[in-house]
Amino acid sequence: MNAVTDTWLKVGLLSDIPVRGARCVQSGAMTIAIFRNAENQVFALEDKCPHKKGPLSQGIIHDGCVTCPLHNWVISLETGQARGADEGATLSFPVKLEGDDILLSLKASKSELK
Amino acid sequence: MKQKLVIIGNGMAPGRMLEDLFDAAPDAYEVTIFNAEPRVNYNRLMLSPVLSGEKAYEDIITHDDDWYDSKGITLHKGARVSELDKINKTVTAENGISTSYDKLVVATGSLPIVVAVAGHQLEGVLVYRDLDDVDKMLDAAKGKGRAVVIGGGLLGLEAAAGLREQGMDVTVLHLMPTLMERQLDPTAGHLLEDAIEARGIEVITEANTEEILEKDGKVVGVLLDDGRKIDASIVVMAVGIRPSIALAASANIECNRGIVVGDDMQTSDADIYALGECVEHRGQCYGLVAPLYEMGKVLADNLLGGSSGYKGSVTATKLKVTGIDLYSAGDFVDDEDREEIILRDGMAGIYKRLVLKNNRIIGVVLYGETEDGPWFFDLLKNETDISDMRETLIFGQSYLGGAALDPLAAVAALPDEAEICGCNGICKSKIVNTISDKGLTSLDEVRAHTKASASCGTCTGLVEKLMTLTLGDSFKANAITTMCPCTDLGHDEVRRLIRLKQLKSIPAIMQVLEWKTSCGCAKCRPALNYYLVCDWPGEYVDDYQSRYINERVHANIQKDGTYSVVPRMWGGMTSANELRSIADVVDKFSIPSVKVTGGQRIDLLGVQKHDLPGVWADLGEAGFVSGQAYAKGLRTVKTCVGSDWCRFGTQDSTGLGIRLEKFMWGSWTPAKLKLAVSGCPRNCAEATCKDIGIICVESGYEIHFAGAAGLDIKGTEILGNVSTEEEALQHVVALTQMYREQGHYLERIYKWAKRIGLDEIRSQIMGDEENRKGLYDRFVFSQRFAQVDPWSERVSGKDKHEFNPIATFELEAAE
Repeated sequence: MNAVTDTWLKVGLLSDIPVRGARCVQSGAMTIAIFRNAENQVFALEDKCPHKKGPLSQGIIHDGCVTCPLHNWVISLETGQARGADEGATLSFPVKLEGDDILLSLKASKSELK
Repeated sequence: MKQKLVIIGNGMAPGRMLEDLFDAAPDAYEVTIFNAEPRVNYNRLMLSPVLSGEKAYEDIITHDDDWYDSKGITLHKGARVSELDKINKTVTAENGISTSYDKLVVATGSLPIVVAVAGHQLEGVLVYRDLDDVDKMLDAAKGKGRAVVIGGGLLGLEAAAGLREQGMDVTVLHLMPTLMERQLDPTAGHLLEDAIEARGIEVITEANTEEILEKDGKVVGVLLDDGRKIDASIVVMAVGIRPSIALAASANIECNRGIVVGDDMQTSDADIYALGECVEHRGQCYGLVAPLYEMGKVLADNLLGGSSGYKGSVTATKLKVTGIDLYSAGDFVDDEDREEIILRDGMAGIYKRLVLKNNRIIGVVLYGETEDGPWFFDLLKNETDISDMRETLIFGQSYLGGAALDPLAAVAALPDEAEICGCNGICKSKIVNTISDKGLTSLDEVRAHTKASASCGTCTGLVEKLMTLTLGDSFKANAITTMCPCTDLGHDEVRRLIRLKQLKSIPAIMQVLEWKTSCGCAKCRPALNYYLVCDWPGEYVDDYQSRYINERVHANIQKDGTYSVVPRMWGGMTSANELRSIADVVDKFSIPSVKVTGGQRIDLLGVQKHDLPGVWADLGEAGFVSGQAYAKGLRTVKTCVGSDWCRFGTQDSTGLGIRLEKFMWGSWTPAKLKLAVSGCPRNCAEATCKDIGIICVESGYEIHFAGAAGLDIKGTEILGNVSTEEEALQHVVALTQMYREQGHYLERIYKWAKRIGLDEIRSQIMGDEENRKGLYDRFVFSQRFAQVDPWSERVSGKDKHEFNPIATFELEAAE
């Protein structure tokens, strides 16, 4: 174990999240959405669309993206960046699986705009 | 004097290693083998054919007694080593045989994982690992009955197929949503599930075993955590394997998950080597045969003083069930920097997917046609740059150029008797032959001569494709609007093909209709989900992850992420008690806004998502059900007070409204559906701008439809007049069903009516009693499955996960 891995927080089990679904983690005032795609990978983004702050956790998940439920912006699960013609990015967080455990790091990153 | 080499274990890995050793230096070692099984070496990959009866034990022996004799090997059969003394360099078996060694090879293989649920030690709970297990299963199969196989991976499915071949009823329980999820992507997993079920094997996914049930100490069934019970006379656990390390660990040889070895296959003790499924190399344990063979080669060389190293293996998987061709290798999950090439041939049942990264193959999934598996696997292992052959790569090794795939292929491959026009019962050959015989060149001519596409028009796209196929480029079809970029087909064609080809799941549609993406998009998934809900009531299981959020949580999302909740008020009627309980809910949950809606009910706005189940529970106690104000389905039925109170009222409009709403609530439609019933032509319920409206008159009921008062404003059209309330209900229901069956997803009824033609709709509903009756019956049947109050379902625990955070941290972790 090194200093970096010490910051991983166990937030739940993979089986807590439906396939192509999401669950939220409440961290202080911030809500972080944890997504599970069809291939059982997990991703973590702040639960806030860069457009009008729509809750991305409530969107439809497809092909490595989530479509925001408010105005159909398509956000990359990997980077948090808006796809297509829209511009903007939401915070993304490192998240990984150890066995069935979901481990989240609260060290956010915002990817540079394209 | 020869060195003494002792091998613990007599599986495939040491077998291959010895062959390599004797090939290179026949006289280097005097070899002694301890085999816990009472027999010679056999091919474990062939256990499945033995179980299914396709092969006998004798057929799968790889090294017989003569072979051991000829190599001068001492083989102790049925001798399980229980003691390893690395100081004195001896091993001792349970039966007392003891031998000293100069070099020792530990090849103890792996043990099946047994899930420690209650009842796992009962008689009749088996594992699937060696020939003894197969014998036990064959014995059990003689009594017929049902076998439950826990685990839908490679081994579990092979066991299931084998037991089925032996005449047992078989149920496979799999914890994950799709079969073989480690080796297959979800699409291939679903295809596999269909193929497995087609052999009469029941598959239950997301099945979590709670307990194995017993009677008199014997297995009688399995209980799942959702309460389902499955009868069983045997249970086979095939959930996985773990390296067998107990012996090595007891001798203080370094072990993690497996026995730790370096690239030279040496363990932490210089004279002890290990190979096979019991080892852990660079953090990786292997359960497939190819890596074991590679290890064997390396170990043989090192035992002879060589210096070759094992670098780890990329593995490929092939399912050994006769008639199911499946191959997968590498990594095939979606990712930003990855591209995929997909080939689907629905007719032939073929699905191929290559995952590429930097112009190199990193993952392969092949279903239905696996001949090119080894070739792709080679490209993958060698990290070959495939830029030059990218265009034709997916077609395999033998393919060298040629025309692009034909978008008409799916239609071209339909059999001659395939029904193209359902309204008029016209099959493919009739259309094709008429076009040729009469020299037809336009859609109108085809309509005139064959009647195909002349009624509801939903098959127009298919007819046009047939014209293109028959006439070639000389026919230019009107460009159809495709559903979304995932397909070249339009909504009509997709709906028609869903019924024609009996497609009953989203993965099946995407496979057979050759979707261009692996799992669709936010446009096509909700549409396909609706079409399946509509077309296969009682059979199709609603896919919640393909629904918009409002339909998933049964409330309307607002701009700030809160929700609004609208309970049903039948026909707009309410009572003091209902209003009182709404007021209590508003107070209890501090709901910020309460508004009267245009549909004659009350909207509670600003409800926090985690409060939704609580709000529903309280409303439910007061007798309310969901108003489905969020649904692409029946919303409100607005009424006036009618003959009950109004001095102009001609009929009981309130009563009819309530009756319609109670009859039709819960039904899903292509887009939202709002109704109204007015008690007289003064039309206080504003029925003439609704999707369907009724105006009561002295002589009966005037049925209206296809109004709009939103983005477009449009008065209704008259469908016709009927004289009794019963008839009014039947006509409205039949009209709704016709719209449900023909509408494009998100197409309001007025747009559908414009597309189909008012006269066509009138003639089908008003003029054709038999047709109307059929539509009515189909609606009634579908309501049997649709009329479930989603609120009370969720109050009682369904989809709990939707409403609460998975975890909460009070403070942000300091960095």
